[in-house]
Amino acid sequence: MKISYHLILLVLLGSLLIIMGLLTNGGIFNTRSLQGMAFQLPLLGLFSIAQMVPMISGGIDLSIISCANLVGILSAFVLSKRGDLFSIIASCLLGIALAGSIGILNGTLIAFMSIPPIIATLGTMLLFKGIALVITKGYIISGLAERFLVLGNGTLFGIPIPLLVFLGIVIISWFILNRTKYGVTIYMFGSNPVATKFSGIDVKKLVLLTYMFSSLIAGLAGLVMIARFNAAQAAYGESYLLLTVLTCVLGGVSPSGGKGGVLGVVIAVVILQIVSTGFNLLKLSSHLANALWGIILVGVIVTNRTLTLKKE
Amino acid sequence: MKVELYLLVVLIALSLVFYFFNPKFFSLENIFDMLRNNAFLGIMVLGELVVLISGGIDVSLTAIATVAQYIMGILLVQNYLNNILVTMLIPVAVGLVLGIVNAIFIYYSRVHPVIITISTLNIFYGLLIFLTQGKWLYRFPSFFRRFSKINIITLVNQKGVPYGLSIFVILWFSLAILTWIILSYFSIGRKVYALGGNQEAARRAGFSVFKIYIFTYGYAGALAGFASFVQAQLSQIIQPNAIVGRELDILAAAILGGASIFGGSGTVLGVVLGTILIAIIRNGLILMRISSYWHELVIGVLFVIAASIVLLRRRQKRRKVVYQ
Amino acid sequence: MHQDVLISLRNVSKYYGGVVALKNLDLDVYKGEIHGIVGENGAGKSTLVKILTGVIRPEPGAEINIEGEIFSSLTPFLAYQKGIHVVHQDLSLFPNLTVLENITIHTYLKSFLVNTRKLRKMARVVLENLGINIDLNTRVGDLPLADQEIVAICRAIFGEAKLIILDEPTASLTSKDVSRLFEFMRELQKKGISFIFISHRLDEVLEICQRITVLRDGISVGTFAREEMNKEKLIELMIGKKLSKIQKERSSCGIDDEVILEVKNLSKHPEFSNISFTLRRGEILGIIGPRGSGRTEMALSLIGLNPPDFGEIWFEGKKIKIKDYKEAVNLGIFYIPENRLTQGLVLDQSLAYNIAITNLKKLSRRGYVSAKGIVDFARQAIEIFKIKSPSPVVPVRMLSGGNQQRVVLAKWILAAPKVLILDSPTAGVDVGAREAIYRLIHEIVQKGIGCIWISDEASEILNNCDRLLVMKHGRIIGEYFPYQLSEEELNEIIKE
Repeated sequence: MKISYHLILLVLLGSLLIIMGLLTNGGIFNTRSLQGMAFQLPLLGLFSIAQMVPMISGGIDLSIISCANLVGILSAFVLSKRGDLFSIIASCLLGIALAGSIGILNGTLIAFMSIPPIIATLGTMLLFKGIALVITKGYIISGLAERFLVLGNGTLFGIPIPLLVFLGIVIISWFILNRTKYGVTIYMFGSNPVATKFSGIDVKKLVLLTYMFSSLIAGLAGLVMIARFNAAQAAYGESYLLLTVLTCVLGGVSPSGGKGGVLGVVIAVVILQIVSTGFNLLKLSSHLANALWGIILVGVIVTNRTLTLKKE
Repeated sequence: MKVELYLLVVLIALSLVFYFFNPKFFSLENIFDMLRNNAFLGIMVLGELVVLISGGIDVSLTAIATVAQYIMGILLVQNYLNNILVTMLIPVAVGLVLGIVNAIFIYYSRVHPVIITISTLNIFYGLLIFLTQGKWLYRFPSFFRRFSKINIITLVNQKGVPYGLSIFVILWFSLAILTWIILSYFSIGRKVYALGGNQEAARRAGFSVFKIYIFTYGYAGALAGFASFVQAQLSQIIQPNAIVGRELDILAAAILGGASIFGGSGTVLGVVLGTILIAIIRNGLILMRISSYWHELVIGVLFVIAASIVLLRRRQKRRKVVYQ
Repeated sequence: MHQDVLISLRNVSKYYGGVVALKNLDLDVYKGEIHGIVGENGAGKSTLVKILTGVIRPEPGAEINIEGEIFSSLTPFLAYQKGIHVVHQDLSLFPNLTVLENITIHTYLKSFLVNTRKLRKMARVVLENLGINIDLNTRVGDLPLADQEIVAICRAIFGEAKLIILDEPTASLTSKDVSRLFEFMRELQKKGISFIFISHRLDEVLEICQRITVLRDGISVGTFAREEMNKEKLIELMIGKKLSKIQKERSSCGIDDEVILEVKNLSKHPEFSNISFTLRRGEILGIIGPRGSGRTEMALSLIGLNPPDFGEIWFEGKKIKIKDYKEAVNLGIFYIPENRLTQGLVLDQSLAYNIAITNLKKLSRRGYVSAKGIVDFARQAIEIFKIKSPSPVVPVRMLSGGNQQRVVLAKWILAAPKVLILDSPTAGVDVGAREAIYRLIHEIVQKGIGCIWISDEASEILNNCDRLLVMKHGRIIGEYFPYQLSEEELNEIIKE
């Protein structure tokens, strides 16, 4: 079953490439577009991976964008003032540390205080957005250290660095989900938390680790984001949130937990990136694009459901 | 009754705190103002309450309101309307239809409503902005402006400026009473509670879950439409991006007001108090001259705290029943 | 048609593809009768219920005769109209609504408005007639389970039921509750209401039913008067062959002298108090008692899921304090929960994962777990425990009940337990499959494990344990060796 769903996705990917190619008169295949995609895709990709693990555990993390923004702001603070290597490393570590703390906060609310993930991360999303607004007062922090911008704009052997970062995270995530104790447990927990607890698993620690993971990846995405745009602000990328849910659901992650994997999500990210770039080339307004995303997500869900019904 | 009592106590306590910082807080003028400015929120929260009781959630109400409002606006600006009553009903009808669209998707897909309504939020709003380029609508016919000035009680303040209890507050409270009547005395209302309490049992009892969804999300959509009428009246201008973004205020007011995210419980009185609570907090923060950036933060923290309290109490209760 | 017959089924069959759910079933239920239906899982009981309540239609040629009116099939609405109501095992009540609303909930199907005053009057009449004392304004979720059961039945009565089908009604009730329920049913019986009583608990079936129909593999083996039946005969009819007396091959020399677990004065108000016992390696200690006697609560307190107020637990000669289940597992004290389907297994995940979850330490090397390792391990488990499964990666949901229970046992036994606490290990397992499970347990215990076996079935405890403790009202009221008691005597002791 797993294999055939990936096959469906690849077929979808192929058809979309053809459609988009035709619509843009091949524009989508020229070097500039491909390069652009290679730089943009990692951001959506990182956020999607960040969303994937909480969803597999049966929850959701609505705070990943706010987390990324806040981490970006904190690091940008330092990076806009100093440019030496030490500061760069320090600000990145600071950002990651903040991301980790956010993850611990989310995890504590969900695991130790039993607040449902939707509510907890809704609350923390508001919280971090609020903090970010207070710190920046709505302004953008920019003018970051040049050497740091490489993270978002440089290439290594011709491959964009953000893409390499994304690929690295993909490999690590795949490894964690498929080759570690944590991986086995998270799938079991997503399908049946009670039975997992009765199997002697420390579920509180499991949930804590899950939301730490999503926040850490989100934090990393935040760093890549500010490196790419040379700017940090409080409310960037909010439309990404819907997209991460879309890529996960499209990629085979069930919103109720226990199903889905890295490969499906990656293919879904590629699909979404192609459609997104297509939208740009066709000069579609971002609002129309958002509407289309909504339609696609509903379409995917309804199709899934129809297929499931047919199977029965 | 307990939740409402707590709320009332918190309300009074907070009011006293804010009064301490700025005596203007308790002036009748300020209170009337506050109520009027939050009638819009209050009406939307009523719709969200019904959805929450049924065990669902709807984050697309702001988009529904925006679309409903805009359609009314276009008709107004083109002078197709000359009657305030018809003008009021148009956004309600639009909201009803969009709400039903939500209901159909949610029922068929069996996916958690939060995912469906996040999608429809983007669909409704995105399409609207795309088709209208986000153009503002204003210069409405005079009958539209006249209605907005109606006050039920009119007084004059120290500076000789008249103020009063706006009709919109009355409309808000009337809709609250209507909602309460439906939820308590109409079988569809009780079915909403039943569905939220045990969906499988509702199905087994022969209830048409589909019809209950249609009512629930349709009603919420219709109320959102009416609320958008109120908002347009208050500002006498339609800006498409004015309403979207306040989803969390709606949810916060409902949950602070005691509606459970799991469904099956929640009262009209509770969410009205919850709305007033949010209103008081925002108003108080302004009067205390705290920068608006802090407002989001405060609401966010409160939301988390309120949710935790409700959930902790629920857990305690459950533990008691288990060991029988 | 016999004067007194309420419902008569003739030639009722149901096929799903090639699978026979029911075949040529004939059944009569008299007015004012409590009619028991017994059979193993898959014998056709739930199909029968679904046909009676109109949820599914039987094959053409079936005849359903309700007080003279003949139907070839029913719909839910029709069944309800004709007075056929069902109380499912989960009661299907609305915990957030009041008793009044739950009882009168069906009026919402017909009316637009809710006339609370009128409904309250009508409901009160019904409750008074039945001698029920429950406050109409209480939230059903706040009621104890036994009262909820009564409310569910009252709902049927209010709906003018003539036939009430009870599906496993006593699964979670204490024996006192069961007595109360039976009394209530007898009252209703006098008023002419008929019951279909479906249960795995044969003792109870024999107590309350006048006649019993046995289903096996989709056919009715026959309807028998209570007087002609006993438990052994029923079991034989249910599984179709004579049940071999479970010979206990246990000898006391398998038991070590070493005490592996000792419990001193364990108490938790109000669940249990003053519990003390010892457990030796290689010993099976039975704990038997009616529901509500505190046995599960006490067991949970041994593994950190229900910390006691005071008392001591000594494991392998050392005093231990367990704060959560994970710690117990680390020590080697395992608990196999009663509810296999929701607590024992993750149905949607593969057999391999379900077995691996308790053996992760073994399967991982510095955090790394190989996929092949997990699958190989599962294959071993399938072989050792003779689990019938098409493959190691198939979701556990696809296995039969008996095989699922084997997976549960496998996952824990492979994890090298030192103490194994079994809570009703054969609950919901067909009578025919039980023997195999008993054998598995005996095999493992012989290797030097201490086992605590909790059950409320006297025969199971007497046949499998080396020693047994009787718990009642949270206390241990007696300790016996199996040879000291017969099944009847033990049942007498347990009875409230």
